[in-house]
Amino acid sequence: MKMTAMTDVTTDNQTPPTLTEEPAAAPVAEPIQMPQVPEQETELSGETVGNIHCENPFMIANDVNVYYGDNHAIKNVSLEIGKKEVIALIGPSGCGKSTFLRCLNRMNDTIETARVTGQITLDGKDIHRKEQDPVALRARVGMVFQKPNPFPKSIYDNVAYGPRIHGLAADRAELDDIVHTSLERAGLLKEVKDRLDEPGTSLSGGQQQRLCIARTIAVNPEVILMDEPCSALDPIATARIEDLMDELCEDYAIVIVTHSMQQAARVSRRVAYFHLGLLVEVDETDRIFTNPQHRLTEDYITGRIG
Amino acid sequence: MAKSKGQTTREKVEAGLPRRRRKELMFKFVGMLATTVGVVFLGVFFSTLIAEGSSAFKQTFMKLDIELAEDVIAPGGELDLAYADFDGLVRSALREAIPEVSGRRDRRELYRLVSVGAAYQLRDLVEANPELVGTKQTMWVPASSNVDMLIKGNIDAELDESLRPISDKQIAWVGTLQDDGRIETRFNKALFTNGDSRDPELAGIKGAVMGSLYMLIVTIALSFPIGVAAAIYLEEFAPRNRWSDLIEVNINNLAAVPSIVFGLLGLAVFINWASLPRSAPLVGGLVLTLLTLPVIIIASRAAIKAVPPSIREAALGLGASQTQVVFHHVLPLALPGMLTGTIIGMSRALGESAPLLMIGMVAFIVDVPGGFNDPATALPIQIYLWADSPERAFAERTSAAIIVLLGFLLLMNLAAVILRKRMERKW
Ligand SMILES: Nc1ncnc2c1ncn2[C@@H]1O[C@H](COP(=O)(O)OP(=O)(O)OP(=O)(O)O)[C@@H](O)[C@H]1O
Ligand SMILES: [Mg+2]
Repeated sequence: MKMTAMTDVTTDNQTPPTLTEEPAAAPVAEPIQMPQVPEQETELSGETVGNIHCENPFMIANDVNVYYGDNHAIKNVSLEIGKKEVIALIGPSGCGKSTFLRCLNRMNDTIETARVTGQITLDGKDIHRKEQDPVALRARVGMVFQKPNPFPKSIYDNVAYGPRIHGLAADRAELDDIVHTSLERAGLLKEVKDRLDEPGTSLSGGQQQRLCIARTIAVNPEVILMDEPCSALDPIATARIEDLMDELCEDYAIVIVTHSMQQAARVSRRVAYFHLGLLVEVDETDRIFTNPQHRLTEDYITGRIG
Repeated sequence: MAKSKGQTTREKVEAGLPRRRRKELMFKFVGMLATTVGVVFLGVFFSTLIAEGSSAFKQTFMKLDIELAEDVIAPGGELDLAYADFDGLVRSALREAIPEVSGRRDRRELYRLVSVGAAYQLRDLVEANPELVGTKQTMWVPASSNVDMLIKGNIDAELDESLRPISDKQIAWVGTLQDDGRIETRFNKALFTNGDSRDPELAGIKGAVMGSLYMLIVTIALSFPIGVAAAIYLEEFAPRNRWSDLIEVNINNLAAVPSIVFGLLGLAVFINWASLPRSAPLVGGLVLTLLTLPVIIIASRAAIKAVPPSIREAALGLGASQTQVVFHHVLPLALPGMLTGTIIGMSRALGESAPLLMIGMVAFIVDVPGGFNDPATALPIQIYLWADSPERAFAERTSAAIIVLLGFLLLMNLAAVILRKRMERKW
């Protein structure tokens, strides 16, 4: 197994990139130890500790494996995602967080080498069943990407695109309404109210990311997947988006990938720790940060593994 | 940090700087040299071309007072345009202008001063205005190409008589006409309104330009939609397997196949098998379509590949289908690149001559083609035909035709630049 990912630390916004090999995030104010990478093959049994179940499961992943060609990127992962909860996926770079996230709305279908096995259900129905159109699935399970990626169209058209292709609005007035409420909920309306015709790409990075969130919620999905949505944002924009998540989780289930322990602690109700394709530990956020069961989890959140 | 042999990183970097600067300077110099050489070559090319060709845009004309004799044009009161001896009328006018000429041989030499086009011009005039019959008209008619060359200084009068195409007597008569104010150089309209001709002063490029135009219409109408559709299919929908690899390799190879091979293919398929007419712009256009398709497909695929994957992912993530992703997002962003590729392909098609030789477009065709099935030539073929002609007057017309061809190419490239500027969107 390769451990190269250990040095490839993606710093989050709270920690400016440094040239030293300091771990990215060390929320617990303990004296920082130099990262020693212990050979922990024995501890990687494949068993997930903690509790993968939740009260009101909406999406259930059962024994999911993902292969990129010969690369076994996700190994036997089972996890439940509850209604109206925020679950954070954390783990070192390259451990498969994005890969797992992309399984949930079948975005991995678009990667030719990717192969997914196992069962994932949405509201009790297998998302890989024959009659499930991935297009319909992605309308129910929306996604926000790590890098803001607005369309090179106007702000209005960016938000209106999803409702348009799915035929969600009967007329122009209804579409206007959807666009406005989505921008409002994404906390962007005030800033762009008077310039809806300007290209979405003319916004700042943080505004673009909120535009992308507005675009996603305009389709009114049931689950929102967020892949490091704040990694390119300053603390203020990050705080905005975290507030937004708090608000959104009243209606949606949110799965967020993050490299920031603080962010995970702030926004999520549950945390799942991935390591080298394995789901090592899942539990309530408080439990994970105060009393992690697995040594790898503990090492990671205390900054011993980058 | 890094310390070896007692040197700090900074010292090492600084030690290497002069060498880096030297390299940079060196590269700059080489680059400038290369650019200069290119510009000089271009400059020489264009200046000789313009020096050679610009005189072809002017033509020498001769003022004659022509009697539109009723008994010649309308014997018995009936207009007889087909058999009327307009030539004779022009000749008598010429005799009148230089009365001292006598003897059959001298007269025949005199008649050679004026172009055969004069008689056609006269006929056209009478046809348009029959009421002029019986009057005397002062007309400017084209001089023969030898007179034209003499006036333009392309024939050296000092040379021995046997070495030039115009005799001492003729030179003297031209001098008389000049003294009488009967010789003038004017804009050479015939160059743009006539088809090809054996007489240089009557030869024009309109036939070739129209032939090229018809061919390009066929080419663009076929190769743009087919090429773009093929590129979209190959990039976005085709499964990646051994077949698609094979097709990819084949398309790349097709782009490198010598163009004459496409001509042979066109001859075999379109003319021999499908029995389409020879020398027709339709067949030429089909052959050029084969030729430009690989270029367009390759350029279009590159344009599609250059669309950032994040845009695709964004659309897919919202639940757009593959077709929606392609037509709503990929195509608008790739279109400028596709159009640029198409125009580059069209430029190549416009300048192509070898494959057209194979399908009979090299014939001497006087009539301006009026449709896709009429016999025609193309601009580069016309250039080849004229360059092959011995008359001095065709040499300058060759250069003029090249200037026109380059003008068209420039226009097309300009269109490509403007289109791209217009349609390019930032992301
Ligand atoms: N498109 C792909 N093709 C092939 N292999 C891939 C692809 N995407 C990811 N992988 C591999 O899958 C593994 C997991 O990658 P993934 O992107 O899920 O990691 P991650 O946890 O999201 O990392 P990061 O925190 O850096 O984003 C890595 O070993 C990576 O090399
Ligand atoms: Mg990732």
